[in-house]
Amino acid sequence: MNASLVVLAKEIRENLRDKRTLINALLTGPLIAPLMFVMIMNVVISRQLDQAEAPLELPVIGASNAQNLLEALRQQGFDPQPPVADPVTAVRNRDAAAVLRIPTDFGKSWDKGDPAQVELYYDSSRRDLQQPMKRLQAMLERYSRLNGAMRLVARGLSPALARPVVVDERDQSTPRSRAGALFSILPYFFVLTVFIGGMYLAIDLTAGERERQSLEPLFANPVARWRILLGKIGAICTFSVSSLLICVTAFTLAGRLIPTEKLGMDLGLGPLFALEVVVLMLPLVLLLAALQTLVAAFSRTYREAQTYLGILMVVPALPSVLLSVTPVKTVAWMYTVPLLSQQVGITEMLMGGSLTAAEVLTCLLCGFAIAALVLAVTARVYGSERLAISV
Amino acid sequence: MIQVESLHKAFGAIRAVDGVSFTARDGEITGLLGPNGAGKTTTLRMLYTLMRPDAGRVLVDGIDAADALAVRKRLGVLPDARGLYKHLTARENIDYFARLQGVPAADCARRREALIEVLEMSDFADRRAEGYSQGQRVKTAIARALIHDPHNVLLDEPTNGLDVMATRRMRQFMRELRAEGRCVLFSSHIMQEVAQLCDRIVVIARGRVVADESPQALRLQTGESNLEDAFVKIIGSGEGLAA
Repeated sequence: MNASLVVLAKEIRENLRDKRTLINALLTGPLIAPLMFVMIMNVVISRQLDQAEAPLELPVIGASNAQNLLEALRQQGFDPQPPVADPVTAVRNRDAAAVLRIPTDFGKSWDKGDPAQVELYYDSSRRDLQQPMKRLQAMLERYSRLNGAMRLVARGLSPALARPVVVDERDQSTPRSRAGALFSILPYFFVLTVFIGGMYLAIDLTAGERERQSLEPLFANPVARWRILLGKIGAICTFSVSSLLICVTAFTLAGRLIPTEKLGMDLGLGPLFALEVVVLMLPLVLLLAALQTLVAAFSRTYREAQTYLGILMVVPALPSVLLSVTPVKTVAWMYTVPLLSQQVGITEMLMGGSLTAAEVLTCLLCGFAIAALVLAVTARVYGSERLAISV
Repeated sequence: MIQVESLHKAFGAIRAVDGVSFTARDGEITGLLGPNGAGKTTTLRMLYTLMRPDAGRVLVDGIDAADALAVRKRLGVLPDARGLYKHLTARENIDYFARLQGVPAADCARRREALIEVLEMSDFADRRAEGYSQGQRVKTAIARALIHDPHNVLLDEPTNGLDVMATRRMRQFMRELRAEGRCVLFSSHIMQEVAQLCDRIVVIARGRVVADESPQALRLQTGESNLEDAFVKIIGSGEGLAA
């Protein structure tokens, strides 16, 4: 039997007996992300739905000063609450999302035809409380426009006179693309799963073996070190691919638990999407396994490797964060950069687009080429004398 | 047979091995004796091709150690580091090395069981290596090192950490290896052990060979009837020698 396969088989067999590796690679690694995702999405979506549909309840001060206005707001779904003593404190202490105050001279100004003033107290730094404030603003605006139009009509003028410009908004987003924007963090979850799925094995198979003093006897066997390395890389990839498969499957199932249809969205997390994700991720599987082994080869102990890899784990987050902060148009060269290509490719698919064969091929070829390069460097380090010496 | 010719190895400014030459013959036990830090382990590491010498060469059964894979096939090595795979049983640990050595499955089973018998390992051979005693660990490490029936056996401080009974059995085992006609080379800093076992003693101090004789000749050469005094005289100090 080929020596690399011997190493591969032994590493898989041994690590299947290690509870810590098993739990990390096959349970927490791949499942935490989908779980978190379903939970967050459910909270976000149901909250948006609540806010859009539930009656808007805000305190009103001086409600008796504008009976007609309040009646009109009620018809739009506003439910005035009893007044608060001090609107400023109420908003600042988050007792109320916003407070509407109607001054006593509202009726007088209205009758004279002057702009009648109402006061809206809110805190724009509280992003979560903006929705109710904006709804109330829109209701007031609608009431104001309607009455303005009626005043013009009463004077024999066309209401159109008061609106020289009309904006007709044409939103080009599709239900699918709205879902995609919400889910742009997904590629990072996949990368993270591959990273965590292989990490414990990568540490254990090099830094761990050296620390436990079994690397030196292993290297006394008549097997070239690069063959041993290949076997170990193979074992790491087996675990991280398993991790990825579990994660992608979980996401496919989790997609059904998220009530996206309530928001008029459609999420294409079907089997085809899953398959495309796995294919796009393959070069990254090899690249990360080689990179992790390289780091582990430079570390003297298990703990040291763990520390370094913890830092390295932040790197895959960069394209995700960058692209969500400054969204850019996807251009062809992005498919040549590992991590970035997975990010833009998976996002593209989530948005309902599809990848061309050239894009997939670029992603795979460049990804595997860079992985092979890192693997060659790792093999060099593996061949060094100091690697085996466990002191 | 192992021939060592003028080996040199430096780590930075430290010349760990500085011109070591000796020959370990078939059917003999050769002892590499020296105080801690004398260069024994580094010398052995160059013999089993873990390290490349800066200068000089090693021949194992006439094959230059530059051909590392061919040499490793002819060597059974118990290195200073003797870690086992703790999730595997002793039998599985041994089988792993047998496969890496390319031993056919049938030969492997036969030889493995023979080694388990000789090394008295049967009561723990199917238990996972996690929690093995020091003696059980060394036995397993030796069994896996010899699974491919090597003609030359290198043992780095084989009795280190063993209790009296285990040490006695280990010495007996080494004599058996000699009786089978193998070339046995082991390192030790325990003078008594070397005196009891060896047909030939190579004394290393500060990276150089300071004596290469039979125990008898060593006594004659130094004019000391007591072997311990002979060693101290050769090495030039009593440092690092344990009785």
